[in-house]
Amino acid sequence: MTDSVEIRRGVYYDSVTLMQVSQRVRTAPGVSDALIGMGTELNLGLMRENGFEVPAEAGPNDLVVALRAADDEALAGAGAALEAVLQELLERSRATGGTTEVAPRTISSAARRSGAGLALISTPGTHAVADALDAISSGMSVVLFSDNISVADEIRLKDAAAARDVLVMGPDCGTAVVGGAALGFANVVRPGRVGLVAASGTGAQQVMCLLDLAGEGVSHVLGLGGRDLSAEVGGRSARQALRALAADEATEHVVIVSKPAAPEVVESLEQLAAELGVPVSWATLGRGRADLTAAVEDVLAALGTPVPTWPSWPAEGGGGGAPSGGSLRGLFCGGTLADEAMLVAEPVLGPITSNIPLAGSPRVSGTDQLTGHAVLDFGDDELTQGRAHPMIDPALRLERIREQGADPGCGVLLLDLVLGHGSHPDPSGELADAIRDARTAAAGRGVELPVVVALVGTESDPQGLTACAQTLAAAGASVHTSNAEAVRVALSHLGTPAEPTPSQTGRTDR
Amino acid sequence: MSTSPLHGLLSREPAVVTAGAPLFADALRAQAVPVTDVEWRPPLEGTADAVARVLADPRRVEANALALERITSAGAELVRLAPASEALDLKPGEFLHSGPPLTWERASGPMRGALIGAMLFEGLAETEEEAVEKLAGPDITLAPCHSRGAVGPMAGVISPSMWVFELRDPVHGTVSHCSLNEGLGKVLRYGAYSEEVLVRLRWMRDVLGPVLGEAVERHGPIDIKAYLAQMLQMGDEGHNRNRSATLMFLRDLLPHIVTQVGERSAEDIAEVCRFVGANDHFALNLVMPACKLAMAAAKGIEGSSVVVTMARNGTDFGIQLAGTGDEWFTAPANTPQGLFLGSYGPEDANPDIGDSAITETAGMGGFVMATAPAIVRLVGGDVDFALTTTRTMYEITLGEHPTLQVPILEFRGAPIAIDAVAVARTGVLPQINTGMAGRVAGVGQVGAGLVTPPEDVFVQALQALAERVPAGGGAA
Repeated sequence: MTDSVEIRRGVYYDSVTLMQVSQRVRTAPGVSDALIGMGTELNLGLMRENGFEVPAEAGPNDLVVALRAADDEALAGAGAALEAVLQELLERSRATGGTTEVAPRTISSAARRSGAGLALISTPGTHAVADALDAISSGMSVVLFSDNISVADEIRLKDAAAARDVLVMGPDCGTAVVGGAALGFANVVRPGRVGLVAASGTGAQQVMCLLDLAGEGVSHVLGLGGRDLSAEVGGRSARQALRALAADEATEHVVIVSKPAAPEVVESLEQLAAELGVPVSWATLGRGRADLTAAVEDVLAALGTPVPTWPSWPAEGGGGGAPSGGSLRGLFCGGTLADEAMLVAEPVLGPITSNIPLAGSPRVSGTDQLTGHAVLDFGDDELTQGRAHPMIDPALRLERIREQGADPGCGVLLLDLVLGHGSHPDPSGELADAIRDARTAAAGRGVELPVVVALVGTESDPQGLTACAQTLAAAGASVHTSNAEAVRVALSHLGTPAEPTPSQTGRTDR
Repeated sequence: MSTSPLHGLLSREPAVVTAGAPLFADALRAQAVPVTDVEWRPPLEGTADAVARVLADPRRVEANALALERITSAGAELVRLAPASEALDLKPGEFLHSGPPLTWERASGPMRGALIGAMLFEGLAETEEEAVEKLAGPDITLAPCHSRGAVGPMAGVISPSMWVFELRDPVHGTVSHCSLNEGLGKVLRYGAYSEEVLVRLRWMRDVLGPVLGEAVERHGPIDIKAYLAQMLQMGDEGHNRNRSATLMFLRDLLPHIVTQVGERSAEDIAEVCRFVGANDHFALNLVMPACKLAMAAAKGIEGSSVVVTMARNGTDFGIQLAGTGDEWFTAPANTPQGLFLGSYGPEDANPDIGDSAITETAGMGGFVMATAPAIVRLVGGDVDFALTTTRTMYEITLGEHPTLQVPILEFRGAPIAIDAVAVARTGVLPQINTGMAGRVAGVGQVGAGLVTPPEDVFVQALQALAERVPAGGGAA
């Protein structure tokens, strides 16, 4: 063992730095001990305790370097290591530091920094309640995209929000437009005088796109989540949304878009609207009620705006020959559009099998083999477990589309495609490929498979309405901006009467 | 109804905070809408339900606002020094210790060393063996310093004959106590109890305490809270660096110390001045009770999720919340990471120990590391690390302290009032700067470094807080 004790005058490092330096030098090869410190009583004592012979003249303003190594060579190595560490310290002090900004970790932290009035929450359902509460207590309104949130939690969130005069849009709210900002899945529509209150995401998108195509614009689209108009939730958010829109200068007419709502909730909202003096139209899907297109046409009439011919694009190459005798197969991304399809088709075809069946109709799993007339919603919770919504990740649906081409039971393929912010950036190309494959497969069994697409979008959407329509039409699909019209066109391809009614195993109305 | 419902949401330019799928933030940016992204992570395991319940507690926002107000408005004046027997009514055989409640059986090496030293110092045992035997017996009582409103660094052992500082919060009327700092190296609080240690303790009892006590008496109450604010301006963070407050304290008392010459020997007076001036940590024992007063002001606020105590006894780390009374939530203490004195290494370090984490609880120490860049190398860190650490602490605190300011962050207030809910939601743990005691009784200090509380204390605390949410108040 070789010891070396060196005194360096005129240098100063703080003790913490020197502890660090010692630690580094100690790891050099062959080094058994390194005590590097200013010559304080404490440090000199430690060096002496460790058997170093420290010169008496070492004082607190001297740097004392005590090294112990296996041999002279290792000792020289330790010295080199020390120089390297000190050089490194010098360089680090000269280096320009990186950014020390820290990203906000919670919504309240982000709100403090930005003063934003709105939170868009798409965290997992088990945590989203906490995130929403955090936003509410920070005085922010919330678009709650997350699903799998209990009714009890929804009610608590909405009560907490009302108490702080903020709005909870959701849970499971896919679409909102606030002050021109599209949140979640929403189309780029012209600004205008119609305010939407929507308990249905794709339903709202259909309505706003049709209004846009007719030359009317929206002021705001306030989503509610699909359950808000149920008896349990009692229209808690709808009431707030209605009040806000009534007070909004831009809004002249309110359209409430929903699936069937609890009658007492409808009544109370109509009362409220009367008190507020704001005209309200209902675009409410249900048996015996107008479809969304018809509801929009009523709104246009009320506004004195002419109803246009809803744009459509015929399938290139004819798109469907003689009726094949097969069934309707609807494969949808939009739950409301799927509902509407069933409501339009049921009077013609009888009960329609679905993973979201109408009351009294048979229910299947979204992964089951389809028989007879069937409509699937790929946005249903069962099919989005562990994966993105089909408007973002279309793979599952594309697979089923291809499968249908080979299924002799498939007489017409009815599809939707919803454009806008949040949706797949180039959804028509992949869908066109799948349509082509399905039609090729059908041709293989001697059938020309008609394909009808309800295309919900506007020219201003990032994907472009006409461009998408042309891509789909080129693949052999007829394309319609009205979903109801698309369904009727699909029905026209089915020459055979409806199949016998299967057993009634469907779940209750949703 | 206001003419502008929802805080004017529909009439102002939209600005959005997003949490979750980045695609929605991208879509908003594509529309030129201002977006602030949350760097979202799942909450600490086992806290999701409790977090939701506590966040839904209708009392929470107001309770936390009250806690923040009390913490930041609390004052801290040094009013006197006295033996613990008098100030804390500590009886012979009663010892206070740092951290959550502890038994001799579970005590770590440094805690045992300090208790042995205190037994010898109090004359309750003649030898180490006798001290150990008695400490294991029924006649000795151990209690946390915090249970008496006191705090003690490292082992934090306070025995009846030791002199303590007495601080008073003139705003809320609370009182806190802390022992006098012995310096570095072989000292009782690090578990050393050799004759050298006992000699120093006797001198502190017989000379230091009385001289400082007389000086404070002559000076009148000293505003310690003002020291705290000034320290941060002078590059100290109040936990591992207390150089400036030590010298300010000495400066303020010096006239009243030196005028005791005549009543005391000039040697005694000189030694008092030398001792205080040479011990850069002397003011830690003033900073700690000042921080304790701030946090004590927030104790017992129903529904508040503010952490009012973080303390360790060398075995367990414990926290208390404003909304859960005197209940402790404990888990095995982590061992600090850092740098070592002499040839000591990580294997020599005891798990985290001391009430000094009260400084972090009150927004000092690791929370204002940015203000004391000289200490960041404790973790081989750099100045960026210090800045990032402080900025990160804002993510788990309710507010910023109006008078404790960090110059390098443009005099932004220190991150203050740790929210246990925010800790659970973000997984960001409070950063604590600390000394390291030797694992073996009698060794003393082996290093200094950084440590965080074990996650589990926050999990337990939140569950307990959730249980206290009134029925129907919290989300399911």
